[in-house]
Amino acid sequence: MSTTTYLNFEEPLEELANQIAELEAAKDDSPEGHEQLRQKKRELVDKTKEIYSNLSEWETVEVARHQQRPQSADYLNLVFDEFVELHGDRKFGDDRALRTGFAKLDSQKIMFIGHFKGRDLKERSEAYFGCAHPEGYRKAIEKMEMAAKYNIPVVAFIDTPGAYPGLGAEERGQAMAIADSMFVMSRLKTPVISVVIGEGGSGGALGIGLGDRVAMLQHSYYSVISPEGCAGILWKSHIHKEKAAKALKFTSKYLPKFGVVDDVIEEPLGGAHRDRHQMAARLKMYLMKTIKELQAKDIDTLVEERYQKFRKMGVYLEEAVAAEAAE
Amino acid sequence: MSSLSQESSSTPETNVKRAKRGVPEGLWQRCPGCQAVIFRKQAEELLGVCPECGYHWYISAKQRIEQVLDEGTFEEWDAEIMPTDPLEFKDKKPYAERLKAEQKRTGLNDAALTGTGMIRARRVVICVTDSAFIMGSMGSVVGERLTRAIERATKQNLALIVISGSGGGARMHEGILSLMQMAKVTAALAKYDEAGGLFISVLTNPTMGGVAASFASLGDLIFAEPQALIGFAGPRTIKATIGIELPEGFQTSEFLLEHGFVDRIVSRDKLKSEIARSIDYCGK
Repeated sequence: MSTTTYLNFEEPLEELANQIAELEAAKDDSPEGHEQLRQKKRELVDKTKEIYSNLSEWETVEVARHQQRPQSADYLNLVFDEFVELHGDRKFGDDRALRTGFAKLDSQKIMFIGHFKGRDLKERSEAYFGCAHPEGYRKAIEKMEMAAKYNIPVVAFIDTPGAYPGLGAEERGQAMAIADSMFVMSRLKTPVISVVIGEGGSGGALGIGLGDRVAMLQHSYYSVISPEGCAGILWKSHIHKEKAAKALKFTSKYLPKFGVVDDVIEEPLGGAHRDRHQMAARLKMYLMKTIKELQAKDIDTLVEERYQKFRKMGVYLEEAVAAEAAE
Repeated sequence: MSSLSQESSSTPETNVKRAKRGVPEGLWQRCPGCQAVIFRKQAEELLGVCPECGYHWYISAKQRIEQVLDEGTFEEWDAEIMPTDPLEFKDKKPYAERLKAEQKRTGLNDAALTGTGMIRARRVVICVTDSAFIMGSMGSVVGERLTRAIERATKQNLALIVISGSGGGARMHEGILSLMQMAKVTAALAKYDEAGGLFISVLTNPTMGGVAASFASLGDLIFAEPQALIGFAGPRTIKATIGIELPEGFQTSEFLLEHGFVDRIVSRDKLKSEIARSIDYCGK
């Protein structure tokens, strides 16, 4: 808690935390002193609850991008018992923004696929800030197909601002790589769980997002476009990112209603970064329970249900005309 | 995802200037490719191709269907599916109003026409997106029409032709639901593929973002019209990210052919016969 980096809207929390630190430093052993400290701590909890139960869409984006928010690398340590990284797409290279490998969830073997963002500048630039190149999606295809061959469930962690927009990415077919990955995933003969752990940035996220179950952490977001990108196009300036965030309705408050997200995994008070161990424990419980549920299904039923789930997505009007002549 | 493309097609980038909203009314028309002033009738006779430089002008989805199908054979499907506003989205203008305005301006009720018809007496399922309707972007209606068309092509064992003209990718105004159309259409194509269907994807100017990153890239055969802008991220986004000038001809059909992502570049006048021939080769 003490080393938490505060976001703009968390100013009251920082203030309270400072007051608590001062009281603690004062070491006032009188009953009044103890009472005052208890009081402040209670206030901090209440204020955190208040702020975090009313996060705006833009504030959610800030939490999802928080520099201390746990990432795939953290969860691999905290949720899984081991991670055996499998490199390379066997075609061009080894993407560092999207990493894959065997992992163990207690005794359950899984194939892990996930975006990596990195912490310090070196890690971040190596991982292109979580923006995968086509090699990342092609590697994911290779490993998913292999997982299906040996009946290993796939767990995909989504945490990306979007697929990388660059010369090499275009030259090597970014659009095709993402399309191919969805194509393979849509009929993959093994259980697939996708979890948005931070940022779910458009096609780059969806490229590993065709799960039998799609979950998101409470303060993550999943969007057709970044709020900045949307503001740039529709409001003609990135300054309007908060308006765009609000308009896009991309938080866990909305996505289950749209039928896009099956489960929301609750975050510890004040966000996953305030208690990564608790977050990891909840995530682990969710994964174990869900894998078991999915494994209980006959594989063809599972794949057909996956199809039907995505098949239903979308909202449109249809007049009740008997225009089924085409059938 | 949508971003990329919207900006790219509304601002002409790369080496060739691109038509914004097709051929305006009037007897004469300046070619967006070579700037020559062209007698409109003449270009129309050439299917909307500049007689001077061969640049492929914008044509509507309806015109594309007329050009590709045998006369009078088109039967439209699912025209009664209409767009709505699930997010109650509002930017400078409410999406509901934008839809009405676009419908009035284009005569379409959304960005895709789907149905069946004949190509040189071969029955096919055909889907066309029209870049004039909110940049040809894919929202729920485009996704649903395409999915139904693909499912019918699967059931009836028909070849599937999709002609994409979508600068807008996935439509922002329907948020995550638009993104999910990419998954929905892709999953339908995977089923079609499993049933042995033949899918010919035709890329036209522009095909970007979420449309490029889903059905447009999944053809058994991929054709592209000459000089079309095709890619994932828009040129402006890329420039902003990497901060250098893009090479000449970047993200054009020719660029894609060179990099191995397109089977053939097919000019508009040859498209019909090329499709018919491919269908025959595949015995469909």
